[in-house]
Amino acid sequence: MSEFMLETKNLGISFGGLKAVQDVNLKIKKNELYGLVGPNGAGKTTLFNMLTGVYQPTTGTFFLDGQELKGMSQEKINHKGIARTFQNIRLFNNMSVIRNVLVALHNQPEFKYSPFDGMLHTPKYFDVEIRMRDKAKELLDVFGLLDERNNLACNLSYGTQRKLEIARALATNPKLLLLDEPAAGMNPNETAELMEIIKKIRDDFDLTVLLIEHDMKFVSGLCDEVTVLNFGTTLAQGETKEALNNPEVIKAYIGG
Amino acid sequence: MSNFISNVKKQFKFKHIATWVIVAAVAVVLVIMSESGLLNRSTIGLLSRIAYSIILAVSLNLVVGFLGELSLGHAGFMCLGAYIGTFVASLLRESIDNKLLVLILAMLVGGLVAAFFGFIIGLPALRLKGDYLAIVTLAFGEIVRNIFKNLEIFGGAMGYNSKTYNQKDLFVIAFVVVIIVLILTQNLIRSKHGRAITAIRDNEIAAKAMGINVTFYKLFVFVVAAFFAGIAGVIYGHFTTPVLYTTFSYNYSIEILVMVVLGGMGSINGSIIAATLITVINFVLQSKLSGGLAAIRLLVYALILIFVVIFNNAPALKPIKERFSIHNLKEKRIAKKKGTIVDDAAEWNRIETKVKMDSILTPDLPHNENVTPDKEDKSPKEVK
Repeated sequence: MSEFMLETKNLGISFGGLKAVQDVNLKIKKNELYGLVGPNGAGKTTLFNMLTGVYQPTTGTFFLDGQELKGMSQEKINHKGIARTFQNIRLFNNMSVIRNVLVALHNQPEFKYSPFDGMLHTPKYFDVEIRMRDKAKELLDVFGLLDERNNLACNLSYGTQRKLEIARALATNPKLLLLDEPAAGMNPNETAELMEIIKKIRDDFDLTVLLIEHDMKFVSGLCDEVTVLNFGTTLAQGETKEALNNPEVIKAYIGG
Repeated sequence: MSNFISNVKKQFKFKHIATWVIVAAVAVVLVIMSESGLLNRSTIGLLSRIAYSIILAVSLNLVVGFLGELSLGHAGFMCLGAYIGTFVASLLRESIDNKLLVLILAMLVGGLVAAFFGFIIGLPALRLKGDYLAIVTLAFGEIVRNIFKNLEIFGGAMGYNSKTYNQKDLFVIAFVVVIIVLILTQNLIRSKHGRAITAIRDNEIAAKAMGINVTFYKLFVFVVAAFFAGIAGVIYGHFTTPVLYTTFSYNYSIEILVMVVLGGMGSINGSIIAATLITVINFVLQSKLSGGLAAIRLLVYALILIFVVIFNNAPALKPIKERFSIHNLKEKRIAKKKGTIVDDAAEWNRIETKVKMDSILTPDLPHNENVTPDKEDKSPKEVK
């Protein structure tokens, strides 16, 4: 157990000669809403990919709640408590909304049964499946998706798909939620609603949230602290207002 | 116990058991017909061929349709089951009198050996993607049958001779096995493990990010499919004597794949229908086109396949198919009851428009040149 939910130490990765991310030191407190901003190509998503095991970092390491997770596979990291959404939505398009969430409930200890229980449909199967469905409906209700539960995921609107992706990530019961541009493609109303939902799930599910976003209103309205990345290095770090008003940051964003 | 019954009632839907209930009903009718002597020997032979074809198609559908990996070595697993199963049966027959028990044990051993090889092959091969996995499994199928060709214990190039069972009894057992396989596969697909498998097919990266153990499930599906293919092989081995290595060539693997593709990826009902259809077509062509006409058998077979594939995909035929699809008819009936208008895709497609929707949606294609834009430039001149 540690004071910080996520702590990275000199985390970096290079592809050949290209240093995509270098020496990133994040310290995210428990229950915090933390923002990660920066111009295009700054390495934000690459950082997410390292934290979820898609890429293995070449330098440095990172800890979740005091436990080192470097070198673990994607599914192992998810079991340890990091869940994510994707910048370009990756839902299971040919499945219904509720099935998307059910897939993510797969690893919860209370919903365990063996493949043979599944093949033979033992009493355990029926018991677990019914409880799983109730749990999935509960999660969908948080996001107001309960009425859409039998629609195919690909038929949802863009904003709703983003919400479903967050619901699905939540179903894996994470300690740390990584959101990659959750408000992209949403209209102002939807964005405001999303801000409320993120605050609500933070409190209800006892989460720590790290999010990438380009909408500065969204970031300054939601995040307690931010880190600004540019060309793979940390440009500014600290309380949201101060960091975003840093002249270096303004220069990186607007140019000049 | 009462809790269990109420749970079952809560989740029960007839469509979940419809497939195997229908197959079972058909099987019962066939058994009664054969017992009363209505079926001749060759028809019973055809029925048994259908039985093991269904098992093969359904099990390959698990790998290709549900998991989304292309495997071309299914005949190899069947080959293992056929040789090992009949071999074990002939050994056991000396010590065990009960014919049925011998057959069941042979099926289990044949299936398990095939599953074991599925595991061995799957362990390295499932790290490969797409075409490369197809190449490895293709090679596996060829290696297996050539090994059996060269083993004297299994009769070498002459094939392995085994005493066959009474065909009438065998086909009853074959259909019982088909129903068991259908129940097991459908149950698996409808469980959380089935959901994990289809999730891997839909989006492997997302599945990994959701904590699904992709390697385990790929291997699991591969092993289960190999097990069922092995069992199908044992059934085949007891019907046909001798068991000959030439049967299990890659052509046969492709034929099983054709059944899966024609029936629809990820559709068990489709696999059953396609397996039945293709086996019957093959059988009829083989028996009707004898002598000089035998040469055109493959030609006719290919033509039928091409026709079915075109019928499945041709855009011109889509409205016709939609008008008569069961799903559409059902929706219309419900809408009639409620008094609402159905969004009938078939109706919409028939309305003539100046610009084809397809040409708008696909910018790569050149736009239709016959379309004349509304002549707006004329009106200002007239004002002058």
